Amino acid sequence: MTALKLSNVCKSFGQVEVLKDINLTVGEGEFVVFVGPSGCGKSTLLRVISGLEEASSGEVEISGNLVNDVPPAKRGIAMVFQSYALYPHLTVRDNMALALKQARMPKDKIAERVAEASRMLSMGDYLDRRPSELSGGQRQRVAIGRAVVREPDLFLFDEPLSNLDAALRMNTRLEIARLHRQLGTCMIYVTHDQVEAMTLADKIVVLRDGKVEQVGSPMEIYNNPANRFVAEFIGSPSMNFVPAEQLGGPVGTQIGIRPEYARITKNGRLPGTVVHVEKLGGDTNILIDLSDGLSFTSRQFGQYDIAIGDQIAIDFDDSKCLAFDSEGQRV
Amino acid sequence: MSNARANPFNSIAVHVALLTYTAIALFPVFVILINSFKSRKAIFRDPLALPDGDTFTLIGYQTVMKQGDFFLYFQNSMIVTVATLFFVLLFGAMAAFALAEYRFKGNLLLGLYLALGIMIPIRIGTVAILEMMVASGLVNTLWALILVYTAQGLPLAVFILSEFMRQVSDDLKNAGRIDGLSEYTIFFRLVLPLVRPAMATVAVFNMIPIWNDLWFPLILAPAEETKTLTLGSQVFIGQFVTDWNAVLSALSMAILPVMILYVIFSRQLIRGITSGAVK
Repeated sequence: MTALKLSNVCKSFGQVEVLKDINLTVGEGEFVVFVGPSGCGKSTLLRVISGLEEASSGEVEISGNLVNDVPPAKRGIAMVFQSYALYPHLTVRDNMALALKQARMPKDKIAERVAEASRMLSMGDYLDRRPSELSGGQRQRVAIGRAVVREPDLFLFDEPLSNLDAALRMNTRLEIARLHRQLGTCMIYVTHDQVEAMTLADKIVVLRDGKVEQVGSPMEIYNNPANRFVAEFIGSPSMNFVPAEQLGGPVGTQIGIRPEYARITKNGRLPGTVVHVEKLGGDTNILIDLSDGLSFTSRQFGQYDIAIGDQIAIDFDDSKCLAFDSEGQRV
Repeated sequence: MSNARANPFNSIAVHVALLTYTAIALFPVFVILINSFKSRKAIFRDPLALPDGDTFTLIGYQTVMKQGDFFLYFQNSMIVTVATLFFVLLFGAMAAFALAEYRFKGNLLLGLYLALGIMIPIRIGTVAILEMMVASGLVNTLWALILVYTAQGLPLAVFILSEFMRQVSDDLKNAGRIDGLSEYTIFFRLVLPLVRPAMATVAVFNMIPIWNDLWFPLILAPAEETKTLTLGSQVFIGQFVTDWNAVLSALSMAILPVMILYVIFSRQLIRGITSGAVK
């Protein structure tokens, strides 16, 4: 059975088309990440799925039921927001219990579910506190707990980690991954952070300007991007593009080379000058101005010794290159 | 910034300025209060002197209690003010929520239309209002005043509150929707508590002109049983003779309830309940 099916979903605000003909099928238990630059419509798509926005046209199916006209609370979904959105006047316990109370669930069952969720997210210590007495990480945990107690068919996450600091972000990311393994429920996750996308997803959906650019597993997207946009967007530092004629290819096409495949040699095919070096400890990013003015990034593993101003050349394996035509499509 | 704050000279200067302002603002109130406890002759001989053994008298207060039904006036003013504030806040907040929250055709126009009332003084329509009240049989009832004051207060209330409602996190309202809360619950339980400071501001802005108004009570409800305090106090002011003891005593007593209401609302202004909702 499919957890979510979108057919020809469009959404426009007045004259502005935000989503253009989105088609997507998500299987049971999959972790799907919507990723794209800001303004690409990924959050709007999530809101259409949740029912907070109505689709202008097209069909939204959750667990096989058409839900276009079903209010958010009855869609069998739970959502976690970037700003946590906890109810400020309720304790942590009541924050989690509210939706179940609204659904008129018996009290002992509610208590059981809240206890289970708080055990899972280890927040038993602060069940009776109010959101204002919690740290950012704890608040986001409560927000996740509030989603878990509903036992939804579909979890929706709207950039849940964006407000957390780096260390907490990593911890919470691991926690979400663990939660997904434990619950086995389908999760849809919106982010602009490609590390989150790559590490969490079973399936990545890359969006641009309200259109799906590519759907695939993280490695598929990384190794086999459908077009130049996807190739450039996924991967950090991003892919280098060199006009193909410089390397003896057909005029108008571009060759894409990932920074980690660019070797630094004495006499490679692309000569240039080192203009900047970023030493990260684990690896080293070297920014190079090629002889024809293009900038190029090479990523060397470990601590690579190189000085600004060095004359070097770039070389690479042809098998690791991707070719794109003048429209940016893969050749 | 922290240096400037810690500077004792600056701190003294600020306090001197504030204390001066407080003294100027409170001076008239002070003069009214001390003179309300003085005999008529003493008021005119030395208006700024404190009451002493010779000049102290409660004659003003006694006159006020005896003449006219002071407590009824008091009660009328209180009913009109509190009921008006209730309706202004309730309807104002609901209209503001609708304008801020829902996208519908004519949203902006409706908002501007509602704000128009800020610019047009309601007294221009006094004759029409009086005709309407006569036609509906509301003349000489407190409802006449409550309705007029509610209409008078709504434009500013909608204007201020809708601005504040826009600042309430969308995520919070959406979380409520996903949890199955009705729009009314979202409005009353989630949004209203977060805009409490703005509601208090609106309440204070509306309360004082209503309490002090003479115009509409005089025109719409001059009957003995519906007189408000301001109108009731007018019996002591004549064209040729004014009973200053009574006027000053009535004014002193009229200050009290507004002060109490003000204290209630201003506590809301400073209560920091919004923290922890988002971020």
